Amino acid sequence: MSMRDIFPESTIPTVVFDRATWPSLLELSACEVFDIMLCTRLRAYESAANIKEGEFTALVGLAGSLCGVLSIRCCNQAARTMAGKMLGMPPEDVDSDSLDALGEIANMIAGNFKGKLSGVGNHCMLSVPTIIVGNDYETRSMSGGKSIETVFTFENNPLWLTLELHD
Amino acid sequence: MSQIRALIVDDSSVMRKIVERSLRQAGLDLSSVIEAGNGAEALGLLDSNAVDLILSDINMPVMDGLEFVRQVQTVDKLRNVPVVMITTEGSESNVVKALSLGARGYIRKPFTPDQVKEHVLPVLGL
Repeated sequence: MSMRDIFPESTIPTVVFDRATWPSLLELSACEVFDIMLCTRLRAYESAANIKEGEFTALVGLAGSLCGVLSIRCCNQAARTMAGKMLGMPPEDVDSDSLDALGEIANMIAGNFKGKLSGVGNHCMLSVPTIIVGNDYETRSMSGGKSIETVFTFENNPLWLTLELHD
Repeated sequence: MSQIRALIVDDSSVMRKIVERSLRQAGLDLSSVIEAGNGAEALGLLDSNAVDLILSDINMPVMDGLEFVRQVQTVDKLRNVPVVMITTEGSESNVVKALSLGARGYIRKPFTPDQVKEHVLPVLGL
């Protein structure tokens, strides 16, 4: 089934927004998810963090009136701590749930973000999350779209949140 | 409050545990909780398990939550079991579609335990 089967062309609205507000909406979306589900306040990463590190990356695709990929990347310790906070258990007791938790967080941030874009929610679908394990990879957008990236501090670990949009 | 048998359907095992914890925090006395990772698995479990409440995600592999709700409504013994959607797919069109297919409530992720209480207790008549 293609996106055109799901959203006939005539029903897909052209997204005309002031994209200047999107970085702050993306940050707000992430902060709300961490605040509500993990009872944790995210802070901006204070030092330069140009080199992405962290062996876990969760990806959620967006398709429809808004097309792109949202990703969140962090280290093993941060992912375990997230899962522990979600489940109410010490990070050292978390097993494979850390990957599941990271995927669910990415899913909630993507859903929360698109919900803040008036008119987009009804015409944009999310994929189920995909998890990449490993450091040695890079992604390349094939459509030349824009990218929004924010680096947070979560429990003293950097957390990269990226939204790559297709034009 | 009488004991409740619940089915939680979500492809995230972490989210299933959070939903169960939220139900208990809402004051529900859960006598049993069964879990499924998608709608098809849930329908299989419902063949041999009676439940009083179903909470389901929408965006799942194999069979999504909307199709699951639709199929639940076609089974006589399940038609009166309240289904509450818990999902990131909180757009107005999804809410309308889920409710039109037979869902009794809708909770958007991220959610607080109080929101679970607010939406679940009424569908159980509590």
